Amino acid sequence: MTAHGLPRVDITGSLVRFAGELRRAGLSVGTSQLEVLLRAFQWLDPTSTEHVYHASRTTLLTRYEDAKLFDALFQAFWGVRAAGTPQRVPLAPRQQRQSARPQLINLLAQRAFPHDPEVQVDDRSHSSSDAEVLRRKDFSTLSALELAALRRLLATRRWAFAERVSRRKLSRARGPRLDLRRLPSCAARSGGVVLRLPRLARKIKPRPIVVLADVSGSMELYTRVLLQFFHALQHQLGRVETFVFATRLTRVTNELGLTNPDRALDAVCSEVVDFASGTRIGESLHAFNTRWAGRMLGRGAVAIVVSDGWERGDADLLGKEVRILRDRCYRLIWLNPLLGQPSYEPRVAGMAAALRHVDDFLACHNLQSLGALEAHLGRLPARRGGIFEHVSRRAT
Amino acid sequence: MLNSGSGLFESEAATRELLAEHGYVADDALSISLFLAFKLQRPLLLEGAPGVGKTELAKVVSKILQTDLIRLQCYEGLDLAQAAYEWNYPRQLLEIQGRAAGAGGVSDVFSEGYLLRRPLLDAIDPKRTVAPVLLIDELDRADEEFESFLLELLSDFQITIPELGTIRAIHRPLVLLTSNRTREVHDALKRRCLYHWIDYPSAEKEAEILRSRVPGLSERLSDQIVGFMQRLRRVDLYKVPGVAESIDWALALAELRVEALDIGRVNATTGCFLKHHDDVERARGGLSDEILAAVGE
Repeated sequence: MTAHGLPRVDITGSLVRFAGELRRAGLSVGTSQLEVLLRAFQWLDPTSTEHVYHASRTTLLTRYEDAKLFDALFQAFWGVRAAGTPQRVPLAPRQQRQSARPQLINLLAQRAFPHDPEVQVDDRSHSSSDAEVLRRKDFSTLSALELAALRRLLATRRWAFAERVSRRKLSRARGPRLDLRRLPSCAARSGGVVLRLPRLARKIKPRPIVVLADVSGSMELYTRVLLQFFHALQHQLGRVETFVFATRLTRVTNELGLTNPDRALDAVCSEVVDFASGTRIGESLHAFNTRWAGRMLGRGAVAIVVSDGWERGDADLLGKEVRILRDRCYRLIWLNPLLGQPSYEPRVAGMAAALRHVDDFLACHNLQSLGALEAHLGRLPARRGGIFEHVSRRAT
Repeated sequence: MLNSGSGLFESEAATRELLAEHGYVADDALSISLFLAFKLQRPLLLEGAPGVGKTELAKVVSKILQTDLIRLQCYEGLDLAQAAYEWNYPRQLLEIQGRAAGAGGVSDVFSEGYLLRRPLLDAIDPKRTVAPVLLIDELDRADEEFESFLLELLSDFQITIPELGTIRAIHRPLVLLTSNRTREVHDALKRRCLYHWIDYPSAEKEAEILRSRVPGLSERLSDQIVGFMQRLRRVDLYKVPGVAESIDWALALAELRVEALDIGRVNATTGCFLKHHDDVERARGGLSDEILAAVGE
């Protein structure tokens, strides 16, 4: 720790340029934040690395996730390493990657063509009969053009989803409670006589949704379409958190937050090295339960796991993690594309272990089943319970 | 200006020393953040895992400044009426109906006499002679709508009441906000604050904390507790124990007159530092043994 690490320079100009560097790297630095930092040097020593580092960090940084990037930029700009920062910090990739091809889509398009040489669905996908075919067709059998049509359908459709009664109150013409705050002014208008009782009702808000999607080899064909679906949801509902996993868990919410679904999937593909490898569902859920669950499962969140249950790891661990996940969220839904096959029974050890703790077990192999999922979520009651959709229980 | 303590937080080194004197062990980063929050009169947003001493800091600072600590615990549905001010409706109604019998306007039922002060308004009360410390605790528990109420308060230390006018602090309170990050706090609010992330302490710092918070703790036991907790935090637990848990555990062990950790004692007191059933089972099923063996080495 050197007390005089920085050469005597024009600190104001340097800080302004440093803020510019941060902005270029994608951090949002406001003018007012910069101004506060400049004022701070009335009391701090501009030649001390420690002071410059900690002061700029506390004023310009607003997000814990950006800390590493900030440290790297600080080091690059000032040419010194502040105490406490690791020796080599990999620069977080902020810039849009220019990897041109959406690898997954591409791969699947190639795979789809040999089986489906003729074009079945026309590009004018809004005509009802085509849309009807598309609705029932299994995602894994779609051709490249059908996929494009499906993508448009997913993006343009308005999705209504699970809602909950929040504790925030709004004034409404009818409601269970009196709005005492407005009562005096209402009464004052009628000369002190209470003629009308203003009322309050609870505000209805969408439930947060957390998606954990399997992208291993056996699920790949479905996950690609489902990610499109969750991308559309995230744009319409806002509070959707998405994770993908095969052997390890990766958060892809930020990548899916991009407005262009192609670019979003592209970003997901480059982020996830796991596509088409074996599945460790239990370990991935464990990673979620220990690292993220506390932050993401509040406020009546609905957790959705998308997987066929082909677990390479320990089935007991999977069962345990599913139970813990279920206990922490409002509702746990398991989507399995194989449920679309009439003869399917959840005999795989992993799936059987997980099913004991799952609230709903639904198919997700075509557009129709996604519609059913939407309808089901729309019917969810205010508390745990209500209608449980368990296809397997009905079958046995 | 925080007049009572203006001579207190003179430099970041002085800040750290004052905190240490009052039993709060802070590192360079935190003491600079707090020092700047004080000098620049900016709110300080503290984020970090539960039990790393976010709330504690506010309590200690109010003790150092010898001023009131005004605490607003956030929860879902918290609104202006509970956080800032409310009108005294029964009095207003009685007044209005009393007037209806006689004559005269009714506009002045919206005056100071009918105002009920809640924590936020209380903190910026112009009648205060000494600036208080305002703690807005667990901001992430309140909903997004509530954050927008805070914007005016945090940037200008004032609250505008439509019926009455703007109430502005004469002595600006030192505002500390905490968040456990169950959701992301909005950027607009963050931009008005200084930001500091409190991490789990290093072994040295944790030992220092235990020394200052648990008087009479033997050095050997303190080292064992710290070694145990530091290793435990590296395990992927459902609920990672914070410093608050270390302190609780040390207090419990001191109460039980334990000289040195052994597996029987650890298993008997697991509830002090692990709060999730599956974690407790794992600890008793061999994890504690392993860690204890590693600590002994």
